[in-house]
Amino acid sequence: MGLFKDSNLITDPLTDDNPITIQVLGICSALAITAELEASIVMAIAVLFVLGVGNVIISLMRNIIPSKIRIIVQLIIVAALVIIVDLILKAFAYQLSKTLSVFVGLIITNCIIMGRFEAFALANKPWRSFLDGIGNAAGYGVILIIVGFFRELLGSGTLLGFKVLGDSIEKTGVYAYGYENNGFMLLAPMALITLGIIIWIQRSKNKALIED
Amino acid sequence: MEKRTDKNSYTILFAIGMVLVVGSILAFAASALKPNIDENKRLEKQQNILYAMGVNDNEESSVAMISTDVVADKFSEYIVKQLVIKGDDVRVDDQAYLIDIKKEQTAAKSKSYERQLPLFIGKKEGKISYIVPVRGKGLWDAIWAYVAMDENMIVQGVFMDHKGETPGLGANINQRFFMDDFIGEHLLDDSGKFVGINVSKGNADPTNIDRTDNAVDAIAGATITGDGVSAMIRAELKVYSSYFIHLKNN
Repeated sequence: MGLFKDSNLITDPLTDDNPITIQVLGICSALAITAELEASIVMAIAVLFVLGVGNVIISLMRNIIPSKIRIIVQLIIVAALVIIVDLILKAFAYQLSKTLSVFVGLIITNCIIMGRFEAFALANKPWRSFLDGIGNAAGYGVILIIVGFFRELLGSGTLLGFKVLGDSIEKTGVYAYGYENNGFMLLAPMALITLGIIIWIQRSKNKALIED
Repeated sequence: MEKRTDKNSYTILFAIGMVLVVGSILAFAASALKPNIDENKRLEKQQNILYAMGVNDNEESSVAMISTDVVADKFSEYIVKQLVIKGDDVRVDDQAYLIDIKKEQTAAKSKSYERQLPLFIGKKEGKISYIVPVRGKGLWDAIWAYVAMDENMIVQGVFMDHKGETPGLGANINQRFFMDDFIGEHLLDDSGKFVGINVSKGNADPTNIDRTDNAVDAIAGATITGDGVSAMIRAELKVYSSYFIHLKNN
């Protein structure tokens, strides 16, 4: 026991307590960066790192953080972690860091992170906080990747840059039958609609999630 | 009973300690990773310069730099000469592409300083390109470009980038549909006087058929970024025009 008794901390955010589709947090970055699958995956990994490590740090410090300045302390910790992620991306994945630079900064204000710090890590032990962080970041990441998958596939006809549907200029693959890429998928409104469809599917499968 | 952590003195000490610890961690990370980041920036400059002269991996509408694995070799293959122009003096310098344009622009504000102007001469399939770096202001932050020209100051290719223009609007200056419009445009007017290229909203030539009108079509919703591009080209390329006049007379 011990190790697995808290597994619901990971599985809940992936399904019925998903931070994006149920709690409707972190929508901003979910819409902004999901035009490509690669950016979605990197953003998911970055948030996984920041939220996992951040939750543990906050949890370890939960008894020494002065309550008057606890929000500021949380902000400093998340900002420091994000700057470290940004520096690492700049050093080892430069091209990616250029596309992501704006959004990496956005992690600081991602409400999922501040929300988990405040609601969970400040009141729980490090291991449970770590699981909670990983679970919520994974729940966020899964939605990001699903949205990114459909937007890149339908918008550009590629996945991770590979032309899975054929060449749109030379009219090979499905383009030979008159298929066209839907450029609208690359814009933010279609990200919102894609997200809406995911929320719709999830709630139609589990009626308990529908609010009055 | 009041908790120990609620005291003002504790709060202040905690804040000071926290700032010191976090500050030193960040300072350490920044200086440890600096060599890697600088190297990436150096390779990016080489990629951008080569992109402007047409050495790139572009397909249909994407902007694709040549891979960082080969950029150093390609750079020495295609860039035959790097010059630094300072007043009437022109010298060859292999490190000219590392000159910091921003620093030069700032330093040149004082009259006693003569600005160093880097210029790269590239050769691809027998065609000579003169590539110059330029830098200016967009709406939010810096914009910059590498412009490749022939000896008559007719643009062969440009690469533009920006630090923080609005995504979807001004940020699109680094997209093909905008950058490719500059190809073939004349920087000089019919009489050979330098006029630059205007990013124009009302030039009645949206498909850019007329390449000698010194204008390209602007991006809707990005007026200030577009004006920034015009101003950058006008001011920063003008300082090179005497070199091109000199080139022609010899």
